[in-house]
Amino acid sequence: MIGNYPLHLMILVLLWGYIYTSWSVMGRLGMVSFGHGAFMGIGAYTVVMLWNHYGVSPWIGAPVALALAAVVAIVIAYPCFRFKIVGHYFALVTLALSEVTRLIFVALREQTGGSLGATPNRALAEGADVAIGAMQFSSKWVWLGVVFAFWLLGLWIWRLVDRGMGRLALQAISEDEEAAASIGIHVTRAKLQVTLVSALMTCTGGILYAQYQLYVNPDTVSGIAISLQMVFGVIAGGMFVMLGPTVGAAFTLLLAEGLRLAFGNKYPALDTTIYGVMLVLFIIFMPKGILGALLDLIRRPRRT
Amino acid sequence: MDVFDIFLLEAVLNGLLLGGLLALLSLGLNLIFGVIDVVWICYAELIMCGMYAVYYLHVQYHWPLYAAMPAAILIVAALGVILHQLVIKPVLAAEPINQLLVTGGVLFFLQAAATLVFGIDFKNLGVSLPAVRFGEMSFSAARLIAFGAAAAGVIGLFIFLNKTYLGTAIRAISQDRAIMPLMGVSPARVYTLTSALGGALAGLGACLLVLQYDVHPAIGLSFGPITFLICVLGGLGSMAGGLVAAFVFAQFISVGGFFFAIEWGYVIAFAFFIAMMFIRPQGLFRR
Amino acid sequence: MLSLESVSAAYGGFQALFGVSLEVRAGESVAVIGPNGAGKTTLLRLISKLIDPTQGSITFENKSLVAVPPHDVVARGIAHVPENRRLFPRLTVEENLRMGAFTSRKTFDEKRELVFELFPRLKERRGQPAGTLSGGEQQMCAIGRALMSGPKLLLLDEPSAGLAPVVVQSIFELVRKICREGYTVLIVEQNIRQVLKVVERAYLLEAGKIKLQGPSKELLQSEEIRKAYLGL
Repeated sequence: MIGNYPLHLMILVLLWGYIYTSWSVMGRLGMVSFGHGAFMGIGAYTVVMLWNHYGVSPWIGAPVALALAAVVAIVIAYPCFRFKIVGHYFALVTLALSEVTRLIFVALREQTGGSLGATPNRALAEGADVAIGAMQFSSKWVWLGVVFAFWLLGLWIWRLVDRGMGRLALQAISEDEEAAASIGIHVTRAKLQVTLVSALMTCTGGILYAQYQLYVNPDTVSGIAISLQMVFGVIAGGMFVMLGPTVGAAFTLLLAEGLRLAFGNKYPALDTTIYGVMLVLFIIFMPKGILGALLDLIRRPRRT
Repeated sequence: MDVFDIFLLEAVLNGLLLGGLLALLSLGLNLIFGVIDVVWICYAELIMCGMYAVYYLHVQYHWPLYAAMPAAILIVAALGVILHQLVIKPVLAAEPINQLLVTGGVLFFLQAAATLVFGIDFKNLGVSLPAVRFGEMSFSAARLIAFGAAAAGVIGLFIFLNKTYLGTAIRAISQDRAIMPLMGVSPARVYTLTSALGGALAGLGACLLVLQYDVHPAIGLSFGPITFLICVLGGLGSMAGGLVAAFVFAQFISVGGFFFAIEWGYVIAFAFFIAMMFIRPQGLFRR
Repeated sequence: MLSLESVSAAYGGFQALFGVSLEVRAGESVAVIGPNGAGKTTLLRLISKLIDPTQGSITFENKSLVAVPPHDVVARGIAHVPENRRLFPRLTVEENLRMGAFTSRKTFDEKRELVFELFPRLKERRGQPAGTLSGGEQQMCAIGRALMSGPKLLLLDEPSAGLAPVVVQSIFELVRKICREGYTVLIVEQNIRQVLKVVERAYLLEAGKIKLQGPSKELLQSEEIRKAYLGL
């Protein structure tokens, strides 16, 4: 039977795959956000805080978190798109957003535990497997199922956005807004919709993460570090391909694991060091990511 | 309570001192962006490298500070050039977002490499400077020195950019790169020089920061985001804008932190930034 | 002084020049005339090495320019006033002149006085950002900037383009003055009638090939030119 640890890895791959896919829904259309840590953090902290301080079940906390994430997404995104804040500026504004949320979590240390993080109150009775009301499951198999379902959901939404919005339309928007606007595409509204979807998906990922790991910390669920991690996970795997983000998640996790197996804990952060180098190399030589480059190779027609 | 609160004044003045330092930090970023059109997301990590350089030269190798600091500045200047040649140059022709991302990769790399090589503990320079008192207010000497050095740096840069041939060339290239060869100037060389200059400014910032703060691999996250925001607030690429924005931002941090807890000072400052983005998205000044 | 032999050039797949040969002797003033798109600007860009020829050779003072990088051309003595002036808009007039003197800083003061003598209007506006100058003043500034390097050969790319007729007059006056001062000048122009009055010799460039060449007086009389370009 598969042990707990490999299960744990699979769960993480699927969970991060889902979260990275959520980011890429926006990212592949030219809206590169460095602030998705904000949405993940809102998801994670809202459910945990409501549970710990008010005994509100995460099942109710989740919609609250989603509503909050939606509001934040719109409040930030609407003016950005309306005033054509794109590219560098957009990335930096979203960076500010993720940092603000992180700082708020730290500043509210009375409630959140500050930099030390917080743990949702244990609801699992002795030997129990499931505490439905608290959304806590001790069985990794359950979590695997849950995360797998969301992962599929994420891919499905990715495809919906890809098609439903009219992929050409959105690609046009990402490449030339004025041209797109001139053929009647309501640019701002389309962008807002995509942003909202991406934010809500990421928020959900945060909720799942908090309930699975049973620990939240401002630096691991919000802030620029996690935001960048999402961006790079997608870049590594391939931003323009549906399974790219998942490949990226698998890649980064397996890299970390592989190095840990090889070197133990002798060289902390070796995986991130190598990761950083690879990212730079990827962007210079393989901007389409691992999967993207592979697909290109396969698709390239043979010359006779 | 008096209308005139001496400690509020102290906070305002501390804000001024902080503003000077932040202004210096933003200068390097704005210079690079204004000339080369790339944002060095890893700028704070370059500063971190400079801080480690000062630390090791002074604490490990017992160099006196007046030797360690200039050496650190040169080291970071060299890092800037290496960054440009190895990492930025290959993607100069690619989409701007790739340029942003590639420096993000360097951010990861530098932070992780620092953890690997230096360890995660906080390293202190071991230089303790007295507090300077003005009446009931007290200011850290480190901050006063930092302000003075930053001011000198700003003035020095201003003189360089306006009164020297190379400085004028740096200003010119962002206005019309294609005809620079007709002036006898190689654009590639100007970019290299600008990278060195940006690195040197980061190095100077590092020297001033290491006097006040312990260095550790994640320290870039403490002032990196703030520096970006200041640049964007002032108008990316505008050095004058960065200066103004730095002082405004610093006041929010200092006075906000005075009235509430220190983190709230930062939250208020960041919230101010987000608000400003909607009032004046292109920043205070043009490039 | 300058010699192009069978030079061809292409821009990303599009052939702009086909085996062009011309020469400019020291002290001469020579024009290359022709319609839009003939390849005149390409010619000048070849000489200042902003682009490389696909065939042929370019020699200046008996030395080949083939291995010279673009930023070394000024030091060799060739100054190029580009099409559309191309001043640095946010630098002042004086700073633009300073950029022109980048490779010859020692003579800056003396050259600047020379330029101010030639163009007194520039002296008045020396502290103004170049972008605020009128079209004619910008052209003067651009020419002045090129003169700051003390060039042996001056390349002028359509100095009259986009200028009001009155201003065009004064520009050609200036060009005549510069030629009289002894500068070697190669000027590329669409304004055939005016330019032929100022230079000694000219080449007619059409669709990338030299169609005619000779002393200006001859060309002014030529049937072909009179019919096609002077509307006679």
